[in-house]
Amino acid sequence: MKYLCLVYLEGSKMRAVPDTECKACGDGFRSRGMLVAAEALQPVDTATTVRVRGGRMSVTDGPFAETKEQLAGFYLLEARDLNEAIQAAAKIPPAREGSVEIRPVRELEA
Amino acid sequence: MSGTDPVLEAVSQAYVAESRRVLATLIRLLGDFDAAEEAVSDAFRAALEQWPREGVPANPRAWLVSAGRFKAIDAMRRRRKFDQLDESGAAETIAVTDEAAWADPETVEDDQLRLIFICCHPALAPDTQVALTLREVCGLATEEIARAFLTPAPTLAQRIVRAKAKIRDAKIPYEVPARADLPERLGAVLRVVYLVFNEGYAASAGESVTRADLSSEAIRLGRLLVDLLPEPEAMGLLALMLLHESRRAARMSPSGDLILLEDQDRRLWDRALIAEGGRLVERALATRRFGPYTIQAALAAVHAEAPSSAATDWDEVVGLYDVLMAMDRSPIVELNRGVAIAMRDGPAAGLSIVEGLLERGELKEYRLAHAARADLLRRLGRANDARAAYERALTLTKQEPERRFLQRRIGEL
Repeated sequence: MKYLCLVYLEGSKMRAVPDTECKACGDGFRSRGMLVAAEALQPVDTATTVRVRGGRMSVTDGPFAETKEQLAGFYLLEARDLNEAIQAAAKIPPAREGSVEIRPVRELEA
Repeated sequence: MSGTDPVLEAVSQAYVAESRRVLATLIRLLGDFDAAEEAVSDAFRAALEQWPREGVPANPRAWLVSAGRFKAIDAMRRRRKFDQLDESGAAETIAVTDEAAWADPETVEDDQLRLIFICCHPALAPDTQVALTLREVCGLATEEIARAFLTPAPTLAQRIVRAKAKIRDAKIPYEVPARADLPERLGAVLRVVYLVFNEGYAASAGESVTRADLSSEAIRLGRLLVDLLPEPEAMGLLALMLLHESRRAARMSPSGDLILLEDQDRRLWDRALIAEGGRLVERALATRRFGPYTIQAALAAVHAEAPSSAATDWDEVVGLYDVLMAMDRSPIVELNRGVAIAMRDGPAAGLSIVEGLLERGELKEYRLAHAARADLLRRLGRANDARAAYERALTLTKQEPERRFLQRRIGEL
């Protein structure tokens, strides 16, 4: 089963964890056959939001809502169950600075 | 059929004794809460039909699990519309094929533990853990739980539905945690059990009937845990609950007024519960792996053994609070330690501790801190200060018996 681990950090802590540590964490997941994909993201100031309403596209700067923590990166992991996903998420280095939200992936019914 | 029919009696006994175990095993076999619940009712319906005809099976639990599993598989097949079974024949007789596997006591016990651990999984909200445990492990009806927790039944039902959906969709596993995770996961289970107990114990008189049931459910859960997983803190919590429960008859007057520990008629305390609690405390302490529940139980045991408040070993009480504070430095523990020091060294010594705590601010809104301060001021003969403190406590309390108690104290000044 796939779980998306969303890493959230406060703006001031976006670089609190060294990249080498994040890379090592991803390599660890890969060597255990759990890693599907993982990326770090540029800060939320670089975000652009797109909506289509009534067939018309609108483009705006930034995310929809200002929150204290912002999405800093993600790991898409293959895990046996939620317990294994929780164990893995706890090993993601930014978990000690911010938080990691675990979302089970829903298979499309099409 | 009359209510004394021996077969009907056997079915209803099997329901009380086995329905939760049957459910726990069926959840494992079917991998789905709702399907398992449906299967349990189907199995008992089949028992009502078949047992009068064929006699009560030698192993009712194995029969019920097998029947439930069969019915569930049958229902799944029918739903999937590739039913090639002879339906009438299938419903008539249920063969118990692999009796040994269903009846294996160790597997069945593990199923019950799995059920407890999944209901108290930290990925579920604390309120949900409580509701789900009472529903699935204790078998309480949703309406009963709603009444006991003063929550509208639809809200509670929705909470349970959401929890089951999360268990399924996020794939929370049906397993007893690994050794390494056990202390933390057991901690969550014990928290739920203690919360249920306290809901029942700290009840106001008006709801005392339903609420007392919650305490006995918590004790039943506590016993089950000690049987299945004899960890020191599980024993400590069970002991703590039994020792508190032993005072139930003495802590309320017939008119529903609260009676403080020091004023209770100790002849009303339940000696059998005290003895059982005391033995558990000793067992837990002997492991040297005990925690806060065991120490709180040891404290309750010191009170239970004392013939009166004055004859209580207050030195030992203070010593146990010191141990407890080393494990759990919460202001409430500090407050209780202050009260114990007042009993040992006099009200003035206690008052300086309690006032120091109130000045720190964490307990500013805690009614019992103000009530404790009021009591110490009263004992020191400072009636005006005591009145003001009792009144502060009164504005913070919501429970009717507590309000009456505080008003009585103000009247006596």
